[in-house]
Amino acid sequence: MIVPYEHVLVLAGILFALGLVCVMVWRLNLIMLLIGIEIMLNATMLAFVGGAARWGMADGQVFSLVIMAMTSAEVSLALAMVVYLHRRKKTVEADEFSELKG
Amino acid sequence: MEPAIFYILAAVTVIATLFAIAEKHAVHAIVYLVTSFFALSVIFFMLGAPVVAVFEVIIYAGAIMVLFLFVIMMLDLGHPERARLPGGRDWWPALVLGAVTLAAALTLFVSRGPAASAAGKAIGVKEFALALFGKYGVAVEVISLQLLFALVGALYLGKRRNDRGEGGRRLGEGQSLLREERHP
Repeated sequence: MIVPYEHVLVLAGILFALGLVCVMVWRLNLIMLLIGIEIMLNATMLAFVGGAARWGMADGQVFSLVIMAMTSAEVSLALAMVVYLHRRKKTVEADEFSELKG
Repeated sequence: MEPAIFYILAAVTVIATLFAIAEKHAVHAIVYLVTSFFALSVIFFMLGAPVVAVFEVIIYAGAIMVLFLFVIMMLDLGHPERARLPGGRDWWPALVLGAVTLAAALTLFVSRGPAASAAGKAIGVKEFALALFGKYGVAVEVISLQLLFALVGALYLGKRRNDRGEGGRRLGEGQSLLREERHP
């Protein structure tokens, strides 16, 4: 462990807050909203890896790998949905898609 | 030496993420984010997680961000002057909430005081693989199922069809055309 565990957690907290701000600010653009979710998941991965280094166990790294696989599945599905929605209404603004049946 | 590198990389990560959030051009935001992920992957490496660091570069910066770029270029979204940008009304609630979250976390960390950091040993690839495929073998299976579902869902959503549901018929026509080409 090169730095105290608290400092890793502080960095993860800062990144998570930045991702949260990104999601809330860009809630009208679907692409930037997904980017905010990516930032938050990265912060979570950093917390897991820091925990793995703190206690010397591989479990945290396994969890971060699981998060990465989950993210790739989520992003591929979400971007396919973005392409589908853009084909329907020619925009990616989230406010345009407020009804269920179009 | 190593702690200094950690703090420099942490600063690079946070500043690049800040630029990515404040950038109105989506392509520039993605490039800033790739910078942030590179710095973060070196942090992972220094925390004794070489496998996660390599996958961060390969999957996050190499695959997911390129997927974003691909969609932005395919849908021609790289025109910030055409899109609606968040104004001051959108910024201040998010900033207030983020500041409150951050202040709460920092207060928690400061009030606990410096805890003794145990000398954790670095985790090699062998130990990681033993944990992944031995203890968490079920998780690997679940992930493979999940990726398969994502593939099927993306194929279904990406299939080009018009509103009257003629996609199936057009597919049938294509198949018959193929058959005719094969047997003239």
